Amino acid sequence: MTRKARHEIFIHVILILLVIVLVFPVFFALVTSTLSFQESYKYPPKLLPGNQFIDNLKEAWERINIGRLFFNSTLISVVVAIVKTILALLAAFAYTHFKFRGQGWLFSMCMITQMLPLPVRIVPTYQLMATFNWINSYYALTVPFFASTTGILLFRQFYLTVPRDLPDAARVDGASPMRYFLQILVPISKTNIAALFVIEFIFMWSQYLWPLIVTTTAEMRVIQIGIKMLLASEQIAPEWNVIMAATVIAMLPPLVVLLVLRKSFVEGIAMQTAK
Amino acid sequence: MEFAPTFFKTLNIPRGEQMHEDKFPGNKFLPYLLIAPSIAVIFIFLIGPFGQSIYESFFFSTPFGTKTIFVGLRNYIRLFSSPDYLNSIVVTFKFSAFVIIVGLSISLAIAQLLNQKIRGVGFYQVALIWTYALSPTIAGVIWASMFAPATGLIPYIVSKLYDGYKLNWMTNGQLALLVVAAAATWKMLGYNIIFFLAGLQNVPGEFLEAAQIDGASSWKAFWRITFPMLSPTTSFLLFVNMLYAFFQVFGLIDIMTHGGPGNATELLVYKLYRDGFIHLNTGYASAQSFVIFFVISIVAIIQLRIVTRRAIYFR
Repeated sequence: MTRKARHEIFIHVILILLVIVLVFPVFFALVTSTLSFQESYKYPPKLLPGNQFIDNLKEAWERINIGRLFFNSTLISVVVAIVKTILALLAAFAYTHFKFRGQGWLFSMCMITQMLPLPVRIVPTYQLMATFNWINSYYALTVPFFASTTGILLFRQFYLTVPRDLPDAARVDGASPMRYFLQILVPISKTNIAALFVIEFIFMWSQYLWPLIVTTTAEMRVIQIGIKMLLASEQIAPEWNVIMAATVIAMLPPLVVLLVLRKSFVEGIAMQTAK
Repeated sequence: MEFAPTFFKTLNIPRGEQMHEDKFPGNKFLPYLLIAPSIAVIFIFLIGPFGQSIYESFFFSTPFGTKTIFVGLRNYIRLFSSPDYLNSIVVTFKFSAFVIIVGLSISLAIAQLLNQKIRGVGFYQVALIWTYALSPTIAGVIWASMFAPATGLIPYIVSKLYDGYKLNWMTNGQLALLVVAAAATWKMLGYNIIFFLAGLQNVPGEFLEAAQIDGASSWKAFWRITFPMLSPTTSFLLFVNMLYAFFQVFGLIDIMTHGGPGNATELLVYKLYRDGFIHLNTGYASAQSFVIFFVISIVAIIQLRIVTRRAIYFR
């Protein structure tokens, strides 16, 4: 065997071990979700799947109404990801294709907001929701998230690489700026749009603190909070099998989004780090 | 986590360059119309409340806000003379240091392994990055079950390996902090690997080949060439991981420990939530918000300095 081949086998072994170690917690969750309550408390712990997944899921469904929570999480994640993308596309277009008074200042304003994550303004933002009468509504769960510095930067970076001839040609042909934007710029931004959608969907799906504060009834909760409710209701001997069935359901949508859009996502990230 | 890698670079653009050529001259109002929705959201939900938060930090208000009294800096004085708050700062510092140092080192090592020409590399990439899609809450619940004292898998393994040793991390503050930090680090690996890998793939191969010809070991080549060239990615990830360790892990802490045992895992964000939304002490919570803002600003400025220096170095 050559030195090179031995080296390659060595790397394969390390990588396989890494994959096993990194993925193990999720594997463990999957296994637990298929066990009965007794099996889940067996000592030594079981590492082979059982056949109780459907029963566990039914149980979790009844206790926290997973269907409704799943719908809420999906709705707010999709709405926020789409609106954010649209607002960011528009703003980046304005910043890169026009010259206007206060441009630098308005751009800095967008950038500075990266320094203002929710916890540094949480109390008044909550009070604002109360003023608007938005507590326990989909408005409170979505609207405050609509601005996206990440998105503006992502599209700006890409627009700056678009050759000058493209808008020029459009202008010569008599196309209006908006027509150029909709028919040329947006279609060639596909990769970045997909990348942003992945980032924002996962970001929204993971929200926990804000939904915890602004929702007050069971039917407005998101699935992350539902899992906490399942866990909190039984302190002494948690029914891990039921909790894990809910957990498995809660990790599916972001995973599907990531895997389906993986190629564009990775390309979009590579574009970002390139310059 | 949402944060754009180009953020710091953007702050560093000279004023003149930020203005682009007008590609559609003669449209006076259109650009304002295009940015209006974003600016409106930013003003109403971000800048406005932030200003309000600073203002409220100078007031004391009774629960349910029936009465507010101007107290000057007293909320801040109370904060920094509270042992609980000082403890929370130390806990947050330890926690973030672990998440950042351990998390970034492991991720960089894995990314370096993934950046080689071997068969099936695509499979490994997917297998190692997909955990990015998990939320901190889900990471928390899975780790809580694996580590469940007396009945979980890990305490079982530990007691087998160490002759019946009982891994009672729920009663040992330092151990509890270590377990939540490890869970938080695990959740972030996928994200860090994605960005390190993208960064590594942008390092020109010629540089490394040249170093090899000059007889540099691959270890040396990594530290002398790859690592410096990776610094924009590294500094970006440093900041993102800090924001993550400061804020995003709230759900993980809430699921795994509720800040306990005692207040051994009470991060700043958790204390802020408790004071503001459980004890309804808005002035006190607003002061905490400002302290957090102050800390992340300082780190951002340091970061910006580093990026600026690098930019000059490479020009």
